[in-house]
Amino acid sequence: MSIDIDTARKVAKLARIRVEEPDLPKLAEQLSGILGFMEQLNEVDVTGVEPMVSVTPMRLKRRADVVTDGDIQAQILKNAPDAREGFFAVPKVVE
Amino acid sequence: MNANTMTIAQARDALRAREISAVDLTMSCLTAIDASDALNAFVHRTPEIALDQARAADARLAAGDAPGLCGIPLGIKDVFCTKGVASQAGSNILRGFKPEYESTVTTKLFADGAVMLGKLNMDEFAMGSSNESSCYGPAVNPWKVDEVLRTPGGSSGGSAAAVAADLCLGATGTDTGGSIRQPAAFTGITGIKPTYGRVSRWGVIAYASSLDQAGPMTKTVRDAAIMLRSMSGHDPMDSTSADLAVPDFEAALTGDIRGQKIGIPREYRIDGIPAEIAKLWSDGADMLRGAGAQIVDISLPHAKYALPTYYVIAPAEASSNLARYDGVRYGHRASLAAGDGITEMYEKTRASGFGPEVQRRIMVGTYVLSAGFYDAYYNRARRVRALIKRDFELAFADGIDTILAPATPSSAFGLGEMGASDPVEMYLNDVFTVTLNLAGLPGVAVPVGLDKKGLPMGLQLIGQPWAEGALLNHAYALERAAGFVSKPHKWW
Repeated sequence: MSIDIDTARKVAKLARIRVEEPDLPKLAEQLSGILGFMEQLNEVDVTGVEPMVSVTPMRLKRRADVVTDGDIQAQILKNAPDAREGFFAVPKVVE
Repeated sequence: MNANTMTIAQARDALRAREISAVDLTMSCLTAIDASDALNAFVHRTPEIALDQARAADARLAAGDAPGLCGIPLGIKDVFCTKGVASQAGSNILRGFKPEYESTVTTKLFADGAVMLGKLNMDEFAMGSSNESSCYGPAVNPWKVDEVLRTPGGSSGGSAAAVAADLCLGATGTDTGGSIRQPAAFTGITGIKPTYGRVSRWGVIAYASSLDQAGPMTKTVRDAAIMLRSMSGHDPMDSTSADLAVPDFEAALTGDIRGQKIGIPREYRIDGIPAEIAKLWSDGADMLRGAGAQIVDISLPHAKYALPTYYVIAPAEASSNLARYDGVRYGHRASLAAGDGITEMYEKTRASGFGPEVQRRIMVGTYVLSAGFYDAYYNRARRVRALIKRDFELAFADGIDTILAPATPSSAFGLGEMGASDPVEMYLNDVFTVTLNLAGLPGVAVPVGLDKKGLPMGLQLIGQPWAEGALLNHAYALERAAGFVSKPHKWW
């Protein structure tokens, strides 16, 4: 599968990574190379094989559905680039 | 002998015998670190924490309460969250991030009395095989045989360089596709990736959650056994951590491997492998045969598909894991132009905070998970992954105890030599290591010899799930037979 420039632009948008227009052809070429490398997987007969969900067969542990921590607002906000009045601050989202 | 050159086992015994203090041992490492700028291994140094922990260790030693790692100075890979200490996973997007909590692995190590000297260099988000994708610049291999500066491997390159250069007695690493074993092989040290689920991932900054596993990087197999025991165990904070008892791995090191069946996978005889690596592999088989093991040819028919499978699954998981870096909760936020909204904030933050390889993998992962391609790429890769795992299960069901393979397709290469034009060239470094991560199996790299340039080469042993004790015993037998004692000459 070859990735064209439009697809590269779309993937960058979906990934929320800004890629400037002049950089798109190189990105498309690199993504095509990587995806080309994956084409080998089409040689494998996977008929009747279930996709692996967990590498170690295990039933995930359950625990009581109760609050086990909290009241750590200051710790949670400590590393925020912009925190105000006990909240994370971001650019205006709604007009 | 400078104390920093000791093994963990030697230092443990000397500390318990009160022949040396933890403070003196720690000072010896801190002095070595101060003189190691050229290696760029320690990227955040924590001498105050180290000396506080060393004093506490000395008090425990004096009181006769001395767990195996009491007073042992370690380096911690930058991917582990350490409370109040920068933890960036080698990325600019986490610049300034100081976790408010401690990873389970470091909590366990500290509870056993270990001393943290600082944080170690690594490829950004553990994505790389040469440490060159680090925001701190590459760590440098202490092995220097000519004018070329070489990579210590990646992603745990700082850990490997620090242990090989005696800056610390051991280090933590993480291994998603070979990131403990490949750098261990490139620097002449030992590194084990345990069975998936053996070591808690809580507080380890995630790359690909179904593959990531932490483990020790040490000077000897015995040291790996000591450190792994401390790092292992069930953790309610990691739902994939196994609720299994942790054996005394060191007690398993008898060196007796008589009658054990060791498999040689024929699919690992790939084209283009240097003659020296091929010879090392057959020499290693001879060594194990000489120790009484039975060497058996085996087949892992899907092994050749491990790399492309990995480079679908790992980026897919990474694209999801790394979605959290959005400039809101921690780390870097790009400066915005007037009128920029929240989407521009996300896009500019991620474009300026992530390096090129991380951006590529996020976008590959985004693509293979996107509508229309999910089945063709992601689900197909998960099916092939099931087949890769089944190959190993069949080999073990046939009575194979461990599998012997090369660790890397070459010895350490020069910085800047690989992958500059084609990212896939760098990916090929993981060809012998990545299969284990896909199958969840434990694997250990052991230094076995030097190539004609004088650079170390390692072999890899692959074990059955949860059989790290037996695996380390096989590694111990190989280590004893190989008698690898070379050290890099000090040029830095």
